[in-house]
Amino acid sequence: MAVLYVDNQPHEIRPHEVGKNLLKVCLGLGFNIPYFCWHPAFQSVGACRQCAIKLFKDEHDTKGKIVMSCMVSAKDGMRISIDDPEAIEFRARVIEWLMLNHPHDCPVCDEGGECHLQDMTVMTGHTYRRNRFAKRSFRNQDMGPLVAHEMNRCIQCYRCARFYRHSAGGRDFGVMGWHDRVFFGRFEDGVLQSEFAGNLVEVCPTGVFTDKTQARHFTRKWDLQTAPSVCVHCGLGCNTIPGERYGSLRRIRNRYNHRVNGYFLCDRGRYGYEFVNSPHRIRQPLLRENQAALRPISAQAAITHLGNLLHSGRAIGIGSPRASLETNYALAKLVGAENFYHGMPTKHLRIVRAMLDVLKRGPAPSASLHDMEKCNTIFMMGEDIHNVGPLMVLSLRQAVLQKPIAEAAKLHISDFEDAVIREAIQQEKGPFFTGVPGFTKLDDQVTQAYRGAPHDIARLGFAVAHMIDPAAPAVEDLPVERVQFAQRIAKALQDKKPLIVAGYNCGSESIVRASANVAWALRKKGFAAHLAYTVPECNSMGTALMDGGEIDDAVQAIASNGIDTLIVAESNLYRQLSLSGFDTILRRIKHLVVLDCLPNETTAWAELVLPAATFAEGSGTLVNNECRAQRFYQVFSPAGDVRESWKWLSAAMVASGRAQSEPWPDLDAVLAALARDIPVFAKVPGITPPSSFRLMGMPVPRESHRFSGRTAIDADQTIHERPPEPDADTPLRHSMEGYPLQPPASLLGRYWAPGWNSDHALNKFQQEIDGPLREDAPGVRLVEPSGGQPSAEALNIEYLGLVPPAFQRRAEEWLVIPAYHIFGSDELSMHSPGIAELAAKPYLQLNQADADSLGATPGQLMTMTVESAVCTFPLKVGPGLPDGVVAIPFGLPGLPGVALPAWGKIRPAQPGEPTGVRQA
Amino acid sequence: MEKVLTKNMRPGEPMEIDEYERAGGYQGLKRALKMAPLEVQELVGRVNLRGRGGAGFPAGKKWALVPMEQAARRPKYLCINADEMEPGTMKDRLLMEGDPHQLIEGAITSAYAIQADCCYIFLRWAYKLSARRLAKAIDEAYAHRYLGKNIQNSGYSLEMRLHTSAGRYMCGEASAMLDAVQGKRATPRSRPPHAEVCGLWGKPTVVQNVETICCVHHIVRNGPEWFMKLSKTEEGGTKIYGCSGRVNNPGVWELPMGTPVRDILFEHAGGMQSGYQFKGLLPGGASSNFIRQEHLDTPMDFSHMEAVGSRLGTGTMVVMDDRICPVGVQLSLQEFFARESCGWCTPCREGLPWIARALRAIEEGTGQAQDMDVLDLNAKHIRLGNTFCALAPGAMFPLESALRFWREDFLEHVRQKRCPWKE
Repeated sequence: MAVLYVDNQPHEIRPHEVGKNLLKVCLGLGFNIPYFCWHPAFQSVGACRQCAIKLFKDEHDTKGKIVMSCMVSAKDGMRISIDDPEAIEFRARVIEWLMLNHPHDCPVCDEGGECHLQDMTVMTGHTYRRNRFAKRSFRNQDMGPLVAHEMNRCIQCYRCARFYRHSAGGRDFGVMGWHDRVFFGRFEDGVLQSEFAGNLVEVCPTGVFTDKTQARHFTRKWDLQTAPSVCVHCGLGCNTIPGERYGSLRRIRNRYNHRVNGYFLCDRGRYGYEFVNSPHRIRQPLLRENQAALRPISAQAAITHLGNLLHSGRAIGIGSPRASLETNYALAKLVGAENFYHGMPTKHLRIVRAMLDVLKRGPAPSASLHDMEKCNTIFMMGEDIHNVGPLMVLSLRQAVLQKPIAEAAKLHISDFEDAVIREAIQQEKGPFFTGVPGFTKLDDQVTQAYRGAPHDIARLGFAVAHMIDPAAPAVEDLPVERVQFAQRIAKALQDKKPLIVAGYNCGSESIVRASANVAWALRKKGFAAHLAYTVPECNSMGTALMDGGEIDDAVQAIASNGIDTLIVAESNLYRQLSLSGFDTILRRIKHLVVLDCLPNETTAWAELVLPAATFAEGSGTLVNNECRAQRFYQVFSPAGDVRESWKWLSAAMVASGRAQSEPWPDLDAVLAALARDIPVFAKVPGITPPSSFRLMGMPVPRESHRFSGRTAIDADQTIHERPPEPDADTPLRHSMEGYPLQPPASLLGRYWAPGWNSDHALNKFQQEIDGPLREDAPGVRLVEPSGGQPSAEALNIEYLGLVPPAFQRRAEEWLVIPAYHIFGSDELSMHSPGIAELAAKPYLQLNQADADSLGATPGQLMTMTVESAVCTFPLKVGPGLPDGVVAIPFGLPGLPGVALPAWGKIRPAQPGEPTGVRQA
Repeated sequence: MEKVLTKNMRPGEPMEIDEYERAGGYQGLKRALKMAPLEVQELVGRVNLRGRGGAGFPAGKKWALVPMEQAARRPKYLCINADEMEPGTMKDRLLMEGDPHQLIEGAITSAYAIQADCCYIFLRWAYKLSARRLAKAIDEAYAHRYLGKNIQNSGYSLEMRLHTSAGRYMCGEASAMLDAVQGKRATPRSRPPHAEVCGLWGKPTVVQNVETICCVHHIVRNGPEWFMKLSKTEEGGTKIYGCSGRVNNPGVWELPMGTPVRDILFEHAGGMQSGYQFKGLLPGGASSNFIRQEHLDTPMDFSHMEAVGSRLGTGTMVVMDDRICPVGVQLSLQEFFARESCGWCTPCREGLPWIARALRAIEEGTGQAQDMDVLDLNAKHIRLGNTFCALAPGAMFPLESALRFWREDFLEHVRQKRCPWKE
């Protein structure tokens, strides 16, 4: 242990904290030092001068000198003073300077009450305003539907520009102007182009950037009911804090999980929440009788009806990768495991199962987002990562800096001096190779990219693996330039921390197999390779870990086996099936029962619709892309008959006579059953405390101690104080009463500490700054390579074969590949107006040469026939697409789930041919 | 006395390369090219050649920080700071307009000493004539193989580029200048690492003022003893001094380093114009402390000026007389500094405009007693170490000394609610 003397008191610091900056170390020791420009994710630049302290040479030095604590390395035996009068005085002056031009509009500012500037002003003791001169003012910009801009509040800490440009790689926002007119914004008004722009709201220490979607139903932080949650809009499982008031979800904030999403979210995750508030929500059970319209019925009548259906005929169930483990499990139990099918496109299921197979066999483990940041050499196959695993972008952008930063360390540059490091490394980047079907937004980070069809990308990967270890299957007839590229990649990957990224973007199992071979070959050679996979939905991995049939088999079963009833839990079959498959189900099934939160193409045809809780209204478990199981908690008790699907299914167990009493009356029960029945989920119940968990006899409140309106919030309806909504599932309460101190991290739904009202209160919840939370609970990884990590010699690797043939373009047909869009491809987030506004519009994309060969020009309507669908969309000419390949956006509203890649025919649309999709 | 830096100067166009060579030009360089680079460094280290840009850091010490081993990171750079924007300063302009080849020869000699691969001259945007003359001289030097590959068959190669600034005082700050050359916002950099280790584009870089560079080949050619003898004090060489204000003969002159203030003011600048009394002067451009009558016999060099609580700075004095309002002088200076702040650190970005607003109020007759507190408060807290770079502390030198010397004049403005210097 090293010792740091703070105001003459010795404090033990961890050995690895020696050399870290004093601000971080002191915050970690629990001291309050005000700061602005420093941020744990992008470190020190010394701009704001707020964190001034006194540094003394030794114990005899009584004078000392003022230093910025963020810019000085902690040393063993160092003597500093935070309470030195000169330091206190200087810090008060800094805040006074910063506040000279600040508009003091806290009451009308959306940041008010959770404003770091407010906190620091109070902490520093600046209470009286001396400046009697006019304040400077700026013109604000319209930055699109998600982020509001109010520059007059700016204190020029430069964090926004540093995050936007350095961390997120945005180019359309930055710092302009000079002296006291430094302006942070865009060159002109317009939508922020970064998919991570929403983080400006949290990165900004005051109210320059605020949440525009929250502003439409604004609530102060202390009035929000919050609970720990997990994002449902992609497969990465970022931790979130949703906030609710008056029965509507008001916003999503980042929840720190140092293994997953440290401090940031993508905009789909942050702003996709508004589907929860949709006016179209299904809030009551709906029944269709005699071909009539759906009509509301009571919950009990619905359960009885479902029980009768199950009692009388054969039923099968289709689960969902966007539903919790609990719901999928409950459905499988209700219909019987042999009648359970996965509610995702067969192609996706096969890809995800291939990934699981690779991860189970090992020896290469999956990388968390945090692990990815520490890797230093990257090979990415097939992924347009901004659109399929957005937050991975931030990790990859950190990873490419690892090698240059290691070089810079040789110049004796402290690892926290962000600006200095960036000057030292300039544009240097570590090795990052990609094989992708077109241009991606990450291309500016890439050392060298190969653009090809999915098969050719897989072949490149197989070739790389073979070059690393000749025991891996070879690739025949690879063009010489690709052989050279593969050699270059193979050479670069043989480094300390290689990372192999692959996923579902290309719809190719071959790519997954190739990625495994590369990672395994590296492991065999003694390099600690990690694999990172993207998966389509928030619980793709979790559901794929369960037994169950492919959705196309469900269609087959329905078509041939006289099945009467189909129960679909939270899956829009229209998106998962080809048009003909969907049509087959609708024509052949007698009774279609759908549990979902919003009407869609499937509920439209249902006989019985049960209102399912969204992530904010129910509790459950999701398994992310690295097979990390994480719990999300009900944030608020929903209106109407909305409840978790597994609760409907539990009731149906009784109604159908399959059980005497409800098998899963609460979350603990369903978790226990899940863990008992499916061994891979054995650890799932333990990732959070059971509902009986109490701290000093108290549950954990979802409302802050400053929550207003407890006794009056319903005064327009009743003068009586309503009892808290019951919650039998969790140790949390819908109340402001309960354990007032820090709960365990897994129950932590709010960051607040005395004097720290903003998100920066997180400091007080971390074991050390930027480290794990206290009583950390980052979820449990369910799949690790079998037998741990054997030594390189002990490895007996069976490489995967089936090297695909090279892509050959066809004369009359085109290979149709999916193009995913962060805004558009996700089903639920498209119900958020802001996301929908930014979403891609349907198109067909060809490269220039192919467009020319068809005599087509951009914007021209083209008609494509693929499988059973005929799509008529405008043509987009996209550079980088391989010859003979056409891309269509995946998952936009109204688009059916064509299993891509597939072969299709294209022709110019005939006059009068309508835009859209129809059956062939 | 012997003229060194200005001996080739004359009215009209400066010497072209042939004439410059006939006058002994490029001899120092040729001699240096026959020496080992470290020998050149050692030679310059012996004469205590202090940086003429104002900070006075010895060039020899700076060069010694440059990694010279074979494996040093490359390319290495020499950056010549010709962004002369210090108010009252016009010495580098004289050197560049009057004898551009002298700067180029000094630059190549210096670059050789540190084995630089590329040299940038970062020129103030307004110096159009300097730009034209330097560009022409650089072309001539290339044509005569003083620049480019294998200079004079020595095996040493150097490229030289003239980079014209977009025009910010901040760009004259050595580290901010590097950003400016790189095409980025001119924001100062944190030290360490020093530019000599991690400078332009992250590579070893020496930044040196025009006047400093102009001395180097003379030292090589004539030897350190000669150079030391040029000076009246311990700091070697001559110095281009300047004087502006209401003096009879404002201008710039090359004089021995350490020439007393009085000699410059009365002998060379001809003393005060009739009807004007000497009140004080800023010895080294705007960002230095005022000195008064009692310090006129101080030798103008770095150490002696520091000893009397000011600084040599650029050595180009600005004289204040009794008929100019000291508040108005401060207002002009502080509005300049406030405008030229890069906006990076809080004390400078916010403090300087506050000072300027308070001064404007005082000068315009709306000042209040509390405005004096604003001046005192800011002058107290805006100081080296508290700010990111030296710009704002530099701005405080004239303000703090003016408040000390002529506080009554400030208070009189507040009391009379007008400027007593105005009718």
